[in-house]
Amino acid sequence: MSRMLLERPRSFYPVFTRKEGDPTVTHYCPGCGHGIVHKYVAEAIDDFGIADRVIFVNPVGCSVFAYYYLDVGHIQAAHGRAPAVATAAKRARPDSIVICYQGDGDLAAIGGNEILHAANRGENLTVLFINNAIYGMTGGQMAPTTLLGQVTTTTPLGRSAATDGYPVRVCELLGSLSAPASLARVALGDAKRDMAARKAIRRAIRNQIEGKGFSLVEILSPCPVGWKQTPADAAKHVLATMTKTFPPGVVKDFPAQEGGAAPSPQDAAGGRRPPVPREAIPEILGLQSPATVDHGMETKPWSRLGIEPRFLDPRIKAAGFGGQGVLFLGTLLAEAGRLAGWSVSWLPSYGPEMRGGTAHCHVILSRAPVDSPLVSRASVLFAFNRPSLDRFLPDVRDGGLVIFDSGLVPDPPDLSRVEAIGLPATAIAGKAGSVKVANLVALGAYIERTRVLPEAAVVGALAAKGLSSQVADLNLEALRAGMRFRCAP
Amino acid sequence: MNPTLSENGDRRSQERLMKGNEAAIYGALMAGCRSFYGYPITPASELAETAARLFPACGGTFLQAESEVAAINMLYGASSAGERTMTASSGPGISLMMEGVSYAAGAELPMVIVNVMRGGPGLGNIGPEQGDYFQAVKGGGHGCYRSLVLAPDSPQEMADLTALAFELSDQYRNPALVLADGFVGQMMEPVSLPLAARVPPPRPWAVTGLPATRRNLITSIHLDHDVLESHVRQLHVKYERARRREVRYEEYAVADARVVLIGYGIVSRVLRRAVGLCRAAGIKAGLLRPITLWPFPSQRIAELARGAARLMVVELSTGQMVEDVRLAVAERCPVDFLGRWGGNVPSSEEVVDSIVQRMRERTGDEEHVAHVA
Ligand SMILES: Cc1ncc(C[n+]2csc(CCOP(=O)(O)OP(=O)(O)O)c2C)c(N)n1
Ligand code: SF4
Repeated sequence: MSRMLLERPRSFYPVFTRKEGDPTVTHYCPGCGHGIVHKYVAEAIDDFGIADRVIFVNPVGCSVFAYYYLDVGHIQAAHGRAPAVATAAKRARPDSIVICYQGDGDLAAIGGNEILHAANRGENLTVLFINNAIYGMTGGQMAPTTLLGQVTTTTPLGRSAATDGYPVRVCELLGSLSAPASLARVALGDAKRDMAARKAIRRAIRNQIEGKGFSLVEILSPCPVGWKQTPADAAKHVLATMTKTFPPGVVKDFPAQEGGAAPSPQDAAGGRRPPVPREAIPEILGLQSPATVDHGMETKPWSRLGIEPRFLDPRIKAAGFGGQGVLFLGTLLAEAGRLAGWSVSWLPSYGPEMRGGTAHCHVILSRAPVDSPLVSRASVLFAFNRPSLDRFLPDVRDGGLVIFDSGLVPDPPDLSRVEAIGLPATAIAGKAGSVKVANLVALGAYIERTRVLPEAAVVGALAAKGLSSQVADLNLEALRAGMRFRCAP
Repeated sequence: MNPTLSENGDRRSQERLMKGNEAAIYGALMAGCRSFYGYPITPASELAETAARLFPACGGTFLQAESEVAAINMLYGASSAGERTMTASSGPGISLMMEGVSYAAGAELPMVIVNVMRGGPGLGNIGPEQGDYFQAVKGGGHGCYRSLVLAPDSPQEMADLTALAFELSDQYRNPALVLADGFVGQMMEPVSLPLAARVPPPRPWAVTGLPATRRNLITSIHLDHDVLESHVRQLHVKYERARRREVRYEEYAVADARVVLIGYGIVSRVLRRAVGLCRAAGIKAGLLRPITLWPFPSQRIAELARGAARLMVVELSTGQMVEDVRLAVAERCPVDFLGRWGGNVPSSEEVVDSIVQRMRERTGDEEHVAHVA
């Protein structure tokens, strides 16, 4: 620490006012690697003139308080989540320099998924990864990087591969990914190694300034207290022992490699998004002011259409196999109803039930605002197969209207309680061009029988679907075929 | 009221048929939200899908995160950097986010989380349920904090309450939850949006990578006991302010009601119909629909308890909000409960039957029941 205080970088606070206790000494133990790395980071920030631009993401671990020391903007993240936090901060502020600082428990254990995916996306970040082979902050438990045989408070007999697995080599692991720009491992321990570490840290920061993408430096770092060693022995241990499991070197360096890795996916735009003015948003969302929309249709036409009272305010269920267009029929009813001035709602069955092959939906057209969108007692049922008819017929109120495909259900259950329209919708649709439009045939029969919707409303609803003209024509053809079907009242 | 104008006089768009899940994204973008981080889950996935389409087009970020754990921490990063940001999920994913919500409450970060509730516990199923009420309104994560919780009953409110969630979240510097359910998320109804996009308020506390915010710090750690105690006290002063100012609810036919039904989300729609059916059958029923679940309309419920013969809470759960209703009522009148869960939703008729049956059980109400029978 004394070395640090002698030549203090400008972006290293002279007095640690955020710290509790003595504001002139750091909270790190003598001989700890964190303090040295902080100093190199501060120097680089000074030299690159980026102090105003830096967003420093503090981990959970001994370096949770990096914000005591570095005179830059800070976000303190949850344990292991710094890469996720950094990802979004950088995307929100592409001109900032986001430095993600993590210990080995933070990065390689609890945060394994976050670092993997930030690297894989090639986020334009600098990650400084302090590998001290132990959990310092919580009192010296095993880390994923703890060496085989190393004694920690949770491996009292030494780490055993059989029970605890092998030390995780993070650089090599991430080295299999296409996106990272640069992955390097360095060690602290003697003047020469320290200088190499300093250089690697600077490079990882410069990469981000130049928009080169994801750079990570793994720094083998002494934890004398966790290891129960003197600072001098701990420094020796890093170089003599840790480096055997974690060989220093460049695992990947895109700019230096001939025909190296794919460029970071984020290079092109540098994470920058074209600015969109606030005023343009409604148009992008396709929002139209009420005055500009004219459906050419009279709204609230129920009085004039001459709808029989029993067909007013229909509460509709439509059901069939997946692929029979039941949900589509429902949305058409709702959209056409809306265009015709009804209050409407549409509620689908969703998820595995549909994938399993059946679908149904609830549709309500109402003069008053829709209360419950759930149709428990239906006044109208569209049933496109026998199971649907059997399942939902009991929900139809007496005198309700049941429209079913008589071609697919040639032998229906007792329908004397309701008004039934059996029409060979699928066969009629087939003649019109495709069995897929049986739903429109049934809709045609419904609007012809009840007059609940003018044909123009269905035409308008079809237009709103953005179908190709061929498909739209086919749908209309089917609708009209259904309307021509003579249903015995 | 002019239907083309919203509450605050903004001009509104032509209505469009939308799923609740889509509407929430439109509401968010008009509220100035510029990033969405999320992980797919039924019945919330349309939020992510709609966001993937619309956020980049509006100059924002959409990112499919590697997990809900990552997603909520991405919100933490985006919010820290000063951006209005959101995510959406359902039960299992929301559970994974709870650590992050606690951090955000501690660090006083605004963010909006939409929970389109499904059946639980565990993987449960994807049907509509309201079993996450406790998780949402009692904290959910660790520590002494609250989330602001809004409960939409329609696609229109999915848009409007998501937008409101952003305003409240910024105002209180606290996470806000939109607590929806599978039906409100999946159903379509006409939705109208404000025609002017909101300008989010400045966030001078954010860490932006700009000179003005260089000394800013976003953190939830306070080692000193006294410091943490006063920090949490200050959070609670804030929560008390929210309790005083932000309670929202809707009432229907309560003035002369002998039975006041209480339900939120999709249930309130079922209850509204049940009120109509009751009244047609001669039972004076009314409805209170909490719009904010936290803060909870306890005071209003206490008032209603003084006037009504009984209250009946209906939930898609084994009984969660009913505990808060009973706290508010403090034994002033009987509080009945009707619950369905597992993806089942009671029909309006089932609710009416239940009311009638309970009235029968009470001799004092015999004459009312006579009407119905
Ligand atoms: C979710 C969660 N689990 C556990 C902890 C406790 N914890 C704090 S720091 C830490 C380990 C830190 O080790 P490392 O990342 O190696 O950093 P070091 O302290 O060695 O620098 C743990 C387990 C926590 N804060 N949060
Ligand atoms: S416990 Fe280890 S990592 Fe933590 S400050 Fe002390 S030496 Fe550094």
